[in-house]
Amino acid sequence: MGLWIMACVTFREAARKKILWIGFLAGIAFLTLFGTGMYFQVKDFNTRTIPPFIRYQAVGGILQVGFYAVDSLAVLMTVLTSVDTISGEINSGTIHAIATKPVHRWQVLIGKWVGFVGMAVGYITVMFGGVFVLGYWIAGVVPQNPIRGALLIFLECILVLSVSLASGTWFSTLTNGVIVLGLHGLAFLGGWIEQIGGFTHSPRLVTVGIVSSLILPSESLWRRAVFEMQSSVTRSLPFGPFSNASVPSTAMIVYAGVYTLVALVIAIYHFDQRDL
Amino acid sequence: MQSFAVQTQDLRKVYGSKVAVRNLSLAVRRGEIFGFLGPNGAGKSTSIKMLLGLVKPSGGRAHVLGAPPNDVSVRRKIGFLPEDFRFYEWLTATELLELHGRLCGMEKAILRKRASVLLETVGLAPHRGKRLREFSKGMLQRIGLAQALIHEPELIFLDEPTSGLDPMGRRLVRDVIRAQRERGATVFLNSHLLSEVEITCDQVAFIKDGEVVATRNLRTQSDGEVRVSVRARKLSGEAVAGLARWCTSTHLDGEQLLVMPRSVSDFPDILRHLIASGADVYEFTPERLSLEDLFMRIMPEDRGL
Repeated sequence: MGLWIMACVTFREAARKKILWIGFLAGIAFLTLFGTGMYFQVKDFNTRTIPPFIRYQAVGGILQVGFYAVDSLAVLMTVLTSVDTISGEINSGTIHAIATKPVHRWQVLIGKWVGFVGMAVGYITVMFGGVFVLGYWIAGVVPQNPIRGALLIFLECILVLSVSLASGTWFSTLTNGVIVLGLHGLAFLGGWIEQIGGFTHSPRLVTVGIVSSLILPSESLWRRAVFEMQSSVTRSLPFGPFSNASVPSTAMIVYAGVYTLVALVIAIYHFDQRDL
Repeated sequence: MQSFAVQTQDLRKVYGSKVAVRNLSLAVRRGEIFGFLGPNGAGKSTSIKMLLGLVKPSGGRAHVLGAPPNDVSVRRKIGFLPEDFRFYEWLTATELLELHGRLCGMEKAILRKRASVLLETVGLAPHRGKRLREFSKGMLQRIGLAQALIHEPELIFLDEPTSGLDPMGRRLVRDVIRAQRERGATVFLNSHLLSEVEITCDQVAFIKDGEVVATRNLRTQSDGEVRVSVRARKLSGEAVAGLARWCTSTHLDGEQLLVMPRSVSDFPDILRHLIASGADVYEFTPERLSLEDLFMRIMPEDRGL
């Protein structure tokens, strides 16, 4: 019961603080921009004599840009909303009135986690669904395995959320934000290093990239998501912003799942043990 | 253990090399209003946090309502007003009380009724729909007091409940504490306002450097802590000098005689002695030393609270 109350409070907090609505408004603005861009691109293609196959692949590429924006916005939204939830309440003393109620501390933490997971589900559904619908409606293009793609983006959000909560039980809001976004940035760089390594057939560079991904496998999840959503032709492109010169393995996905679980267990354990 | 609301033995908290609480041994009886006094940094808040399970002790034992402080189920019977109460500022006063009531496992219908009554009690009924971000410090303190009482707890910890309150607010806190005593609850009051404590508390403990240095019952008159103010005529020098048998000091100023008896049980002898010496006694008033005097006597070097 305590868990459910905390989940609802977390969700309501986002709604009342207008974070959720501003996030959704920004998302709608993005979808409008994306739809308009795609519409003019398709119109432009129609005036030229481009083989339908090439046209389909090009529009599919634009669709990937859309999904990439959804991924980045969802991750950023998850980090920004969750970064303050534990550390901020410890700092302000708000947690004192909650942690002295007949609820276990793990219920407080998992409740918050569930609330943020609910937010991520809503956000990804609207944004990912929006790009999917616009792509189909305007250009008649659909990604391969959209469900797998959406689930991987969702897992990426859950991963950074769990890390943000775990880190928040130790550090202040600002430090926590720097840590989580810093790790995500490192993973992003690692992903590119791995890509370049794959393209240039440099195993050492690939290893450096994989090791960076092991520190925080968030970017790996996105790269696997985009791989799942690409057609076989796009997949075969040697190098580009969404090409997969080195595709994250299934083992990396499992690793990300275990990483998420471990981060959550650490968050629960440390929040339970620490003085408030 | 059961007859005590709070009992600790050698409770200790160490942060690195700093000892915040050193061998704290306390016993607070059920139904008592207990004052916890000490200078700033004496370890009062850390002690309360240990009793509430917010801070883990480094050593010693504590029982709150017969259970260890980390027992979640016993918290259903405990209320807590933290020092400088802060909460989600996007909640309205009613929503805040309903949230805390629900966390305490209260039924919706009872909770709604109780929240409404409490808002009246703490004087926030006209502001029930207002968000906390619009509340003044005093209003936050009042709503904090209400959330501590929402589930009618058996034991209430109040950490500096009157901070930020105007005289009306302070009076309200006093009335609320009295009402809690009347319904049989125990109140553990941490305050640096000695006059407040003096009015409300039955028992006080003085804490210094993380240790209880003295405890006093404020409802009884203890030896060495009561002086007697006498107004009498025809007081002779010999009669006053003769009081040395029972008193540690005497001071005569016209008709006004102030004496410091060694024991409360000597009062009848002192009065008999004065009358036998031929003095006309108009007043004989025992006066307890003020808590401030006691505080200064116990902690002479701590001038500021």
